[in-house]
Amino acid sequence: MIFNLINRKIFTLLKVQYSNMLEYRVEIALWAISGIIPFFMLNIWTNNNLYESINFSEVMLSRYFLCAFFVRQFSVVWVVFSFEEDSLMGKVSPYLIQPLNPFFRYFAQHLAEQITRFPFALIIAFFFFIFNPESIWIPNLDILLLSIVSTFLSFLIQFLIQSIIACLCFWTEKASSIERLLFIPTLFLSGLLAPVVSFPAYVKSWIYLTPFPYLIDFPANLLSGNETNISGGLGMQILWIFLLFPLFKKIWSEGTKKYTAMGS
Amino acid sequence: MVQNIIDVRNLSKSFDISSKEPGLKGTIKHFFRRQTKSLKVIKDISFEIKEGEIVGFLGANGAGKTTILKMLCGLIYPSEGSILVSGYLPFRRKENFLKNITLIMGQKQQLIWDLPPIESFYLNASIYDLDKFEAKKRIKKLSEMLEIDKELFIPVRKLSLGQRMKSELLAALIHEPNILFLDEPTLGLDINAQRNLRKFLQKYNNETNATICLTSHYMKDITSLCKRVICVHEGEISYDGKLDLLLKKLSPVKEILIVCRSEEDANKLENSGFTVENKIKNEITIKIKNNSITSSLKTILNNFDIEDLFINEPPIDEVIGKILTKKEYDI
Repeated sequence: MIFNLINRKIFTLLKVQYSNMLEYRVEIALWAISGIIPFFMLNIWTNNNLYESINFSEVMLSRYFLCAFFVRQFSVVWVVFSFEEDSLMGKVSPYLIQPLNPFFRYFAQHLAEQITRFPFALIIAFFFFIFNPESIWIPNLDILLLSIVSTFLSFLIQFLIQSIIACLCFWTEKASSIERLLFIPTLFLSGLLAPVVSFPAYVKSWIYLTPFPYLIDFPANLLSGNETNISGGLGMQILWIFLLFPLFKKIWSEGTKKYTAMGS
Repeated sequence: MVQNIIDVRNLSKSFDISSKEPGLKGTIKHFFRRQTKSLKVIKDISFEIKEGEIVGFLGANGAGKTTILKMLCGLIYPSEGSILVSGYLPFRRKENFLKNITLIMGQKQQLIWDLPPIESFYLNASIYDLDKFEAKKRIKKLSEMLEIDKELFIPVRKLSLGQRMKSELLAALIHEPNILFLDEPTLGLDINAQRNLRKFLQKYNNETNATICLTSHYMKDITSLCKRVICVHEGEISYDGKLDLLLKKLSPVKEILIVCRSEEDANKLENSGFTVENKIKNEITIKIKNNSITSSLKTILNNFDIEDLFINEPPIDEVIGKILTKKEYDI
């Protein structure tokens, strides 16, 4: 019963947000195109034969960066910016007195945007294969499903991290500047610029204790068929979600007590 | 006996406000050593509101009216004192409490800008656990009451301010709340739209016996909807009682414009002992106390040759304006 109600709320939210996102299809196409950093990185790695140093073949590396592109497309999160703006403009107020946590709205917005992005990402992949026909591969169904789960978990981790930072709006008003502090480690340690395996062994052992390699590197390696510890990676993703969720709940409940409803 | 639906006891609210001196020196000082002070915006107020009442909160800008509404609906946390709304502590924001209330703030919108309002209505309906059939029924009923049935399918961004405000109301009322908190609901609307909105709120109150707490700077909103007003002055309640009593107390006289047959009659009337406000040729304006209007008019009609006369109430805005600057009214 409760699950049905939640599902109905989420389903309606998704439906409405998807309709809303379709109003912005040109912007979404441009956002999809703007996420092609992995292809630039692929170019740098292959032109300098750097893949040999990490025991990757050229094909493996191009598949890795294509998958990194896909994972990034479906795990990109901007909730901190939306929440900060809504909070400063007083738009959060009506949502706060509705029997649904406002973060569900942002969550649905992100999922709707991902669905809208999907065809654009496929078109970009199509062109990628035209220029790199040797990279074409079909992952087996099990791996594909696990990769989808892993990408969704990556999205959840990023959504929770940003939601925690977004809640700091209740104290600092400009929480997005804190998010920018996380941008550099996310960029370098997530596997967006280079597979994590390319880091020195002692650095790697530390990186794997952070949530960053599970954001891009792990799901991208999984999908591209590179050697990876599947159960370990999924386990770490779930562990991070279990750690971050109660932290979000606590900071949300403390933060709303500080809310001053300014701008409204 | 009608029960209290809102019970506020010794409520206070303080905000931390940081201040900055002007100029570069002030900016640098502010960067290194931010000075904040606690400002008490609501000071130890108490009141009750009965089920079905429409209560207007009056006060100058910054008096604390909106802060009171925000605390009553659970949007902000009180610093001291207690609030019970429909038996709930509002700031705990329990689901059953939230399903009972709504807050409408003029110019602040919850409708999705690029989609027709109907989409936001269905979204709200699902948030409040209404099934599709019930939601459809309520949307039809409310859109007819608000006269916006033709605008339901037009993107919000293409609607006029009045149509948007009505749509906001519909979105906020789809769950049929029995307590409405309205903060400047007619802000920016034209006269017709204001009148329609007031008519709608009166009808909603009659049909559902909903309790309405209203703030507005348009006095017509207050006078046509509220029998009771709570005046707030610098965070304190300066008056809590019937609006007509307050108006009688504040404006004990009426202005009467008398058009005499001749200028000579007007001159005679001017010197007959009435308080004269103004005189132009054969037209004379006098002030008469409310309790002696009948006898004074009888005297005037019997002793002077009168062509016409008009009894004017003093402008309500002027009268209420007096309240906003005073700390206390004893009626």
